[in-house]
Amino acid sequence: MSGAPVLALHGICKRFGAVQALTDIELEIHAGQVVALVGDNGAGKSTLLKAITGVGPADAGVIEWRGRPVRIQRPRDAQELGIAGVYQDLALCENLDVVGNLFLGHEITRAGVLDEIAMERRALELEPLAILAKHPPSVRVPVATLSAGQRQSVAIGRAILSRPELLVLDEPTAALGIEQTAQFLDLIDRLRDRGTAIMLISHNLGDVKAVADQAAVLRHGRNNGFFDVPSTTHEQIVSSITGATDNAVTQRTTKPWEDML
Amino acid sequence: MKGADAPGDAGGAKAAGRPAEATRAAVRRGGGPGDPGRPGLRRGLRSLRDRLRSGRLGALPVVVSLLVTWIVFQSLNHNFLSPRNLSDICVDIVGPGLVAVGIVFVLLLGEVDLSVGSVSGLTAAIFAVMYVNHGVPEWLAIVSALLTGAAIGSLQGFLFARVGVPAFVVTLAGLLAWNGLMLYVLGASGTIDLGNHGLVAELSGRYLHSAVLAYGLAALGTGIYFVMTYRDNRARTRAGMAALPMWEIAERTAGIAVPSFAAAWVLEDFRGVPLALLVFLAFVVGLDFVLRRTTYGRRILAIGGDAEAARRSGINVVWTRVSAFAMSGTLAAIGGLFLTSRVASVGQTSGSTTLLINAIAAAIIGGVSLFGGRGTTWSALLGILVIQSIASGMVLIGLQTAVQYMVTGGVLLGAVILDSLSRRSQKVHGRA
Ligand SMILES: Nc1ncnc2c1ncn2[C@@H]1O[C@H](COP(=O)(O)OP(=O)(O)O)[C@@H](O)[C@H]1O
Ligand SMILES: [Mg+2]
Repeated sequence: MSGAPVLALHGICKRFGAVQALTDIELEIHAGQVVALVGDNGAGKSTLLKAITGVGPADAGVIEWRGRPVRIQRPRDAQELGIAGVYQDLALCENLDVVGNLFLGHEITRAGVLDEIAMERRALELEPLAILAKHPPSVRVPVATLSAGQRQSVAIGRAILSRPELLVLDEPTAALGIEQTAQFLDLIDRLRDRGTAIMLISHNLGDVKAVADQAAVLRHGRNNGFFDVPSTTHEQIVSSITGATDNAVTQRTTKPWEDML
Repeated sequence: MKGADAPGDAGGAKAAGRPAEATRAAVRRGGGPGDPGRPGLRRGLRSLRDRLRSGRLGALPVVVSLLVTWIVFQSLNHNFLSPRNLSDICVDIVGPGLVAVGIVFVLLLGEVDLSVGSVSGLTAAIFAVMYVNHGVPEWLAIVSALLTGAAIGSLQGFLFARVGVPAFVVTLAGLLAWNGLMLYVLGASGTIDLGNHGLVAELSGRYLHSAVLAYGLAALGTGIYFVMTYRDNRARTRAGMAALPMWEIAERTAGIAVPSFAAAWVLEDFRGVPLALLVFLAFVVGLDFVLRRTTYGRRILAIGGDAEAARRSGINVVWTRVSAFAMSGTLAAIGGLFLTSRVASVGQTSGSTTLLINAIAAAIIGGVSLFGGRGTTWSALLGILVIQSIASGMVLIGLQTAVQYMVTGGVLLGAVILDSLSRRSQKVHGRA
């Protein structure tokens, strides 16, 4: 990859009371690159994502945007840079309809009045809604009435709507079926080809293998290795996640229960 | 920036050697077809059924309560639906109704403002002391009263939104403190008479007796509603989006026309259209527009739905919350001036807890959700109409306030139960 990365993190730390959730995190994402962020439960993946989107700003460390240090203290700061996120809990307003959620925070207005028709038209053109929501319902029903998968596609659509330069996704396929997941991965491919930088948090190593260029492993809130995905095996990534040494297979053969046989 | 709009091909080189690609391509080919449009009538029926099932009943429950109230009282006393009594009700609803409109803003956030009764009493006292006792120009006294209301609302909003004190507690303290301050401001005299001069004194005594005006306003309101709905619908059809069938536009327009013309006819039969009612309607219509059609209103609804989601989408949650409390305080002050006008005086009992309870009850009976995020200013109007009708009917048939309170309490409980049930039903359907 040439030029400065879209986003570079140096020494990111975040603490919640007694819990040190992130310690000295380093990470780089280039334009047109998909970086998977993997790690066990509680490794700090969601916390890192929230530090990038300004939802839970980091306590210490440097964030560089296209080579230039920036401060991301509020969600607005990240939005203005061109960062959009899909959160693990989706963060949708259940009482608002699909269109209302898609445009929340950046509504289209005409003479100070919400331009519902323009917003609805753009919503209907939105790829994720069309391909991910099985039996797409009207875009005018409250999100409260949607299924989990449909909500997930609204959250993804919402993030893509602003044509972000960096898209960060926290477990975006958790509520999607097999078919929708495949379509989602296609979408990620297309966004990457457009030059979008993408950070994908996923528990599903199949998804990671299918779409990511690089994988960054977090363990107990620290970096635990970077991998070039196409040339790395499943097992190597898994052992990095679980913290086994790089010789995980040998270790397993000397487990005590085998000695007892 | 390369080929922003043609990302279709997933690129052979990149995809090569990825085992998942074949499955993905296979799945893609089997993609489900879109849902074709349904004929208008069936779609309409389906939407009604969906609304009933998903608990989005809108104004239906309160309209039914209102009709039941009127039928019951009319059958007990045939003076109930007389033009005179209905006209009186229309003036009586204005003061508490305006306070209720302010409360709607706070309830939409999912919070409550218990101070509105005291604030309306205090601001009315400030107005009366300045204007009557100290001879300050009336406009200046009115502006001072409104600014006081706004300032109190902002202060309470700040303590809640920025400092983090629960709104319930902040405004409960306000209920006591502002009532105390009102007693202090009124001083030894206790009661200040307004006399019958000046703008405030005339606010609720002025009727516009003109058939042209009454029917003209009814026609204008209906016409504007029809034109706006029709134009919106045409624009949607042109854009190839789902639009309302014509019969539904006609039905909705009739839903506006019938009460408008009936009201014009009844009011014209007594003394004409009360000025106070027009002011109230202007607030209801104007603020309904703000809530439903502006970015500001959208932010309030979003915070009421999910404050954290609203924050993550970049909304300034603190400022929006403060502004809603400021709105509540300001409307409490405006409502207070109308209440003062109605009795032509301010006294120790101004801004009572009954006012607070009626205002909150009105909003909830009218369909504003206690859980936040659902309701309109029309809820305040319809709700206060129910409450005032019950109060008026009880007086007519000679029952004590005790019974009135019990009946109003029952209606309020019914409204809250409906609210809770519809919320639960929505959740159940969300998982379906
Ligand atoms: N808001 C919070 N308050 C306190 N602790 C938190 C909070 N959010 C996350 N944590 C803690 O930080 C650690 C990392 O959590 P998280 O980032 O959600 O992990 P992951 O997404 O990798 O599963 C966990 O120990 C979790 O308990
Ligand atoms: Mg997580």
